[in-house]
Amino acid sequence: MSTIDVPNPLPSPKEDAQELKKAFDGLGTNEKVAIKILGRRTAEQRAEIRRTYAVLYKKSLLDRLQSELSGDFRKAMILWMMDPAERDAKLVHEALKKKGEKAMWVVIEVSCASTPDHLIAVRRIYRSLFFSSLEEDIASSSLYKEPLRGFLVRLVSSYRYTDDYVMSELAIFEASLLINAVKKRELHDEDFLRIITTRNKSQLKATFLHYKRLSGKSIDEDIDHHSSSQFANMMIRAIWCLASPEKHFAEVIRYSIEGLGTDEDTLTRAIVCRAEIDMKRIKEEYKATFKTTVTCDVIGDTSGDYKEILLTLVGSEET
Amino acid sequence: MADENQSLKKAFSGHGGFGVDEATMVAMVTKWRRQPDQKSCFRRDFSDFFTTIGSIEKCEDDYLLHLKTEFSRFKNIMVLWLMHPWERDARWMHHVMHKSYPFTVIIEIACTRSSEELLGAKRAYQALFDHSVEEDVAYHIKENYSKLLVGLVSSFRYEGPQVDNEMAKWEAKALNSAIKSAGSGKLIQNEEIVRILSTRSKLHLKATFKHYKELHGKPIEEDLGANLWLQETVKCIDRPAKYFSEAINNAFKEGADKQSKIALTRVIISRADVDMEVIRETYYQQFGVKLEDMITKNTHGHYKDSLLSLVGK
Repeated sequence: MSTIDVPNPLPSPKEDAQELKKAFDGLGTNEKVAIKILGRRTAEQRAEIRRTYAVLYKKSLLDRLQSELSGDFRKAMILWMMDPAERDAKLVHEALKKKGEKAMWVVIEVSCASTPDHLIAVRRIYRSLFFSSLEEDIASSSLYKEPLRGFLVRLVSSYRYTDDYVMSELAIFEASLLINAVKKRELHDEDFLRIITTRNKSQLKATFLHYKRLSGKSIDEDIDHHSSSQFANMMIRAIWCLASPEKHFAEVIRYSIEGLGTDEDTLTRAIVCRAEIDMKRIKEEYKATFKTTVTCDVIGDTSGDYKEILLTLVGSEET
Repeated sequence: MADENQSLKKAFSGHGGFGVDEATMVAMVTKWRRQPDQKSCFRRDFSDFFTTIGSIEKCEDDYLLHLKTEFSRFKNIMVLWLMHPWERDARWMHHVMHKSYPFTVIIEIACTRSSEELLGAKRAYQALFDHSVEEDVAYHIKENYSKLLVGLVSSFRYEGPQVDNEMAKWEAKALNSAIKSAGSGKLIQNEEIVRILSTRSKLHLKATFKHYKELHGKPIEEDLGANLWLQETVKCIDRPAKYFSEAINNAFKEGADKQSKIALTRVIISRADVDMEVIRETYYQQFGVKLEDMITKNTHGHYKDSLLSLVGK
C-alpha cells in the first residue's frame, strides 16, 4: 500500500547523509538531491539517516532543512522527516488551536486512521511535548461543544483490540442498533457511540457490512440522508477513517485543491501522513470518485520543489 | 482425644479468620492413620459441619463451600504472586464483568496504577480475552455508570510535575457547581465531573481537591454524598494508601462479606512491591494497630505466612 519507491541497492545511511550535506553546502541548495534521497526512504530509514547525520556532523538534519529550504516545500520536507508519532502529536496540537471542521479532521484522522499502538505512541509523545494529555486538552477545549467534544475525547482515548477478531452474531446485533439510532437521528445515542468508539476495526467493518445488508444503504449514506449536522459529518468522517480511510483522504486531497487557491497545509498533511500507509488505495479511490488522478491535480495546483516532493511521495499512477 | 478433636476442629474451620491450619491437619492425618473410628468420632463431635441423614454421614453444603474457599486462599495468593502484574490486573478487571466482582475494582485499578502499568494491563487484557477492556466495560456495565468507568480505564494521564494552578482552582469551582446543580443520583453521569476526574493528571487533581477544600470549607468527598464510586475515585487518586489501608481493614471487620475478604489478597499482592511500607504506616496511624499484628491474629496457616512475607518487616 505504500508508494515509497525505495531504490535497490539501498545506499547506506552514511552515504545518504554525506550526499545531503553536499547538497546543502555552498551557495544555494540542491533541492532535487534532498527530494531524491529523502523522498525515497521509509520511516525507519529516514530515522537512521537523521541519527547518522547528527553523529557525523554534530548538527540536526531537521535544523539544516529548516535553514536551507523555504515555503511549502520546507514545511512538507520537515513534516516528512519527523518521527510519525511526534508528527501526529504536533499536528493535532496545532489543530486544537483552531475552530472548524478542517481542524477536527486532524483529530479524527490521528485517532481513527492509524493503528491503536500508533495512537498510544502519539498520546505518549504528546504528554512529553506539551505537559498534558491529549484527551484532557480536547476535553477542556472551549472550541468544541458537546456532544461532539465528548465524541472526540472518546475517539482519542480508545485503545482498540488489534487482531482480526470478529463475532458475527454481535456484528448483526450491533448493526441493528446502529440502524435504529440513525433512523431516529440519535447519533449521540449511547449504544451508537459505544460501538463506534470501542469496537475493534475488523468488528466494525463486519458490522457495517451487515448494516448495508439489513438496511439497503451503507451507513455513511444513511447518516448523510438523515442528518446534515456538524456532528453527523464528523461521525461520517470517523466511520470512513475507521473502516475505509482512503475515502476520507481522497476527499481531503480533493478539498485542498478545489476552488480558488490551494490549501497547502492540508494537502501536505494528507500526502505525507498516508504515503507509507495506503496511498495506493487513496489514488484508486480518487480516480473512481473524481474521474481524475491525484497526480494530475497535484500538478495542476502546485509548482516547483513542493510539487516534486509531493509527486515523489504519491508515486506513479500506474502502481 | 477431646483436645485433638478441638485443635483439628479449629484447623479446619478457618472460622473468624482467613485460611486453614494445614500443619495441624497434616499432623492429624499421620496420627490417625488406619484409625477410621477416630475420624468418625471427630465427625460426630463436629456437629456444626457434619450431620446424618438416617445412617449416612454428610457434610453440610455451606461448610463444604466455606472450606473450599479457605483452602484456596493460599492457592490463589501463590498463583497471583507468580503472575505478571499486568495479567493480574487484567484478570481482576475481567472478573468485574464475568464474576460479579464489584465495579470499584475497576476504579481501584484504573486510578491507583501508573499510566504505563494501566496500559500494560490493557494490553494483557486484549491478549487474554480478545477484546479491549474499554469495549467490555462499555458493553457489560449499565449506561449511567459506564461513562465514568470507561473514562477512567481509557486514561493515559500526564505524569509530569507541571500543574496549572489557576486551572485547578477553576476546576475546583466547576466541580462544586456541577455537584450543586446535578441531582445526587445524577452526579456520576455529570460530564464535567467525569471529564475532570478521568482526564486530568493526578497531581493536577490533588491540587484541585486541595483548592476545593479551601474554597468550599469541606473536602469534596463530603459533598459527593452517597456516591460510592465517585468517593472511591477521589480517594484512589488523592490518597491511595488510605484507600488500601481501609480496604484491608474492611476485610477484618466482623461480618465482612466475601468481596471484602477477597480484597485482602488483592490489595496485599498488588501493593507488596509498590508502596507496602506507606500502607503499613497509614494503617497504623488510622487504626492504632500494626498491620502485621492484625494479620497474625486473624489469619491462619500458609495463607497467613504468605501475607506476612508480602507485607514485609
